Amino acid sequence: MKRLSRSRRIAGAAAVVGALLATAACGGGGSDDEGSGAGFNAAVKGVAAKSAKKGGTLKFINKQEFDSLDPQRQYYGFAWDFARFYTRQLISYAPKPGTAANELVPDLATSTAKISDGGKTYTYTLRDGISWEDGSPITAQDVKYGIERIWAKDVVSGGPGYLRQVLDPKGEYKGPYKDKSKDKLGLKAIETPDAKTVVFHLAKPNGDFEQMLAMPTGSPVKADKDTGAKYSNRPFSSGPYKVQSYTPGKSLAMVRNTHWKKASDPIRPALPDKITVTFNSNLEAIDRLLIKGDYDVFLSATGMTPSGRNDALKQHKGNVDNITTSFVRYVDFATKVKPFDNVHCRKAVIYGADYKSLQTTRGGPQAGGDLATNMLPKSVKGADDYDPYGILKRGGKPDPAKAKDELKQCGKPNGFSTTIVARNDQPAEVDAAEALQASLKKVGITLNVEPIQGQSSASITGSPSVMKKRGYGMSMTGWGPDFPTGQGFSQPLIDGRFIQQTGNYNVSETNDPEINKFFDQALKETDPDKAGAIYQQMNHKVSDLAVQMPFMYEKNITWRSSRLTNAFSSAAYNGRYDYSQLGVVK
Amino acid sequence: MTAPLHGTSTDSDPVATADVAADVVKASVEGRSLRQIAWTRLKRDKLALAGGIVVVFLVLVAVFAPLIVSLLGHPPNEFHQEEIDPLFGTPKGSLGGISSDFLFGVEPSNGRDVFSRVVYGARISLLVAFLAAVVAVVLGTVFGIIAGYFGGWVDSLISRVMDMLLAFPQLLFIISLVSVLPNDLLGLTGSGVRIAILVSVIGFFGWPYVGRIVRGQTLSLREKEYVEAARSLGAGRRYILFRELLPNLVAPITVYTTLMIPTNILTEAALSFLGAGVKPPTASWGQMLSKAVGTYEDDPMFMIIPGAAIFITVLAFNLFGDGVRDALDPKGTR
Repeated sequence: MKRLSRSRRIAGAAAVVGALLATAACGGGGSDDEGSGAGFNAAVKGVAAKSAKKGGTLKFINKQEFDSLDPQRQYYGFAWDFARFYTRQLISYAPKPGTAANELVPDLATSTAKISDGGKTYTYTLRDGISWEDGSPITAQDVKYGIERIWAKDVVSGGPGYLRQVLDPKGEYKGPYKDKSKDKLGLKAIETPDAKTVVFHLAKPNGDFEQMLAMPTGSPVKADKDTGAKYSNRPFSSGPYKVQSYTPGKSLAMVRNTHWKKASDPIRPALPDKITVTFNSNLEAIDRLLIKGDYDVFLSATGMTPSGRNDALKQHKGNVDNITTSFVRYVDFATKVKPFDNVHCRKAVIYGADYKSLQTTRGGPQAGGDLATNMLPKSVKGADDYDPYGILKRGGKPDPAKAKDELKQCGKPNGFSTTIVARNDQPAEVDAAEALQASLKKVGITLNVEPIQGQSSASITGSPSVMKKRGYGMSMTGWGPDFPTGQGFSQPLIDGRFIQQTGNYNVSETNDPEINKFFDQALKETDPDKAGAIYQQMNHKVSDLAVQMPFMYEKNITWRSSRLTNAFSSAAYNGRYDYSQLGVVK
Repeated sequence: MTAPLHGTSTDSDPVATADVAADVVKASVEGRSLRQIAWTRLKRDKLALAGGIVVVFLVLVAVFAPLIVSLLGHPPNEFHQEEIDPLFGTPKGSLGGISSDFLFGVEPSNGRDVFSRVVYGARISLLVAFLAAVVAVVLGTVFGIIAGYFGGWVDSLISRVMDMLLAFPQLLFIISLVSVLPNDLLGLTGSGVRIAILVSVIGFFGWPYVGRIVRGQTLSLREKEYVEAARSLGAGRRYILFRELLPNLVAPITVYTTLMIPTNILTEAALSFLGAGVKPPTASWGQMLSKAVGTYEDDPMFMIIPGAAIFITVLAFNLFGDGVRDALDPKGTR
């Protein structure tokens, strides 16, 4: 362990030196028109305005309310990023720029897990000096209790259920509130032999188990501070900040947790003295306030509005980052709906589609994203440039000759008619569907665009029988991973055993034995690189089957205030800045 | 309204009060005075005439949309993304990309010709508004006459149904109806289904307004001497309803129809705005407005143009309708 921390320190020093050199270089060659920011894409290329200076108030602004502050109930990506201010986990994501952030590093634990019993037992030892906001030490029992709360689905609702499925697939445990044992620690799959040791027993090996523990659902909760459903209003802090005041829909203020010790935390530098979140219902107004300098970061980081983008890029390019998210924009083919039961009809659409036009309707290469060639986003291990349909080679333009040829092989030489569903509360989706409609018309495929409400998508695209009954052959949609592995991204979309009757995400209803087997193999693998190699084969197979038509790896235009220091885009947080690392000047 | 147009064109050219007075006297002697008086009055109302001319122009635009677009525009659903700045999604040219090639500019993000879409949008607006008005007038007249003439429990029943329909939240009803109805209905597909739904629902919820007026008029007319006379001469119920009462209801019905059409245009636009209108890519004014909400700060023209189209159309119909009402002056019927 000593060796690890020393190498960390050396790495840190090297990074500081590197950053100094980088800023020096920037000062020499930087152009004047970039304004006062650290430079266009500074937080994408590396760390923007690296600093270890403490103090000041870090001011977030957002339109969307937190789904919850309760770590076990959060499912919004920005809430997970924010949660590290006041929660800690056994392990967490490395505070490093780009895809390096996907590496898991110890947080409350002294090291990543010791895995035994053929990948079914994970053992962690807790660090010294870790404490709650009242100064009491964080114990192994607190960790277990926090995780147990996920089982109380009626009280602690909303968070991801991965840990529940992996530790207790039969659902035998009923949650701590119905727990008959005296200490409320009745879950058999987690053992706490002493205050410093946590042992997890998995029902089946799952190589991504640590990924699941790194989400906020893996945070400890102190049993006598647990207020059940009300915990969301005032979570008890294990991290460097604690809630000072919280008015949902208006504002949140956090101040330093004086009992948190820097020496016990290898991840969080905890630079600002205070953190505030202000809610504002108007996205255009949010952009204006950011540009004016009243706030530092747009919390949900879903990209600036077209008008905000316009101002920002023309006048303050140095404050703008063009981040790559982990989202893929794609079209599902319902393979149980005619004529998409035939692979050639699916390929006809892929060859007939004008990817360039789809990209333009979604904001072009900068505000929209890069043309996609296959489903896996670059932040997931196993991603590559596999491009069986030559999309990049033809610059995203359609190939009518090949489309006609596929139509012939499909037995529909004169084309066919089908319907695409697009969510109308995501305006760009209907626009993209119309773009697809226009380009497919040229090869003889008539596409009806059916706008649906976003909330009803679970009962429309999520229901195979509704898709079939209404003859919806395609669905315009997007997807981002809960955790950055092949399992986290692809399994709900493409594993045949994940097909549901409602709330289904495997809209293509792909149930291919070979693909299912790839998932089984990859899950047994505890080495991420080996698992990545299997996911790569899986992804190629999915591309060859042409059950989905990915067209864009999403990017967006994000504002970074001139006050902000230590900002970098983290692949583990969907391209957002790693919020726990941010600081401000003054 | 077309028949008297020819009948009066010869003797109405000299505009002088004396002539009008003479006209009235002469016409009343001939026993077909009402229409002639109305037409003369309407002709003298310049605003109403202007409204009427715009209405005729709009109808012609809607009817000849394909011809107009082939001469002056691009196909309404054709993409012209070379006209779009990909980073901002807005037209490259100023004023929403207005140029000699694109008379009203191009739509953000996909570059469709706004001129063509406004012209085709007129078809949807007018079609839905007219047909819905027809549905409402037919239902309203039939039920209104029945309620007014028969009275008693028939009247109470119909009146309560009308009250209920007037209180019904039709906008919400249509939105939910549209989301549950299937894609194909009675042999119609796509936008055809939506148009049929819009027409029948807007029409259905519009008839009580006509029905109430017709009922009121019928109530007063059925006690008039000429009706009594017809009845005492042994005229049948059908004769009285259709030969004695209906002709005297034409004036209020006409007035109400002309004033109902602009309301229907607005309802259609509102529904399209809320996503319950025709399906993409079919152009409609409300849908264009709804899309313009996202880009109005950078591309205000895309909101101004369909907005102006709705405004001008509704204003023209209202001015024309007001003129017709003043001309017919239904309160002063014989």
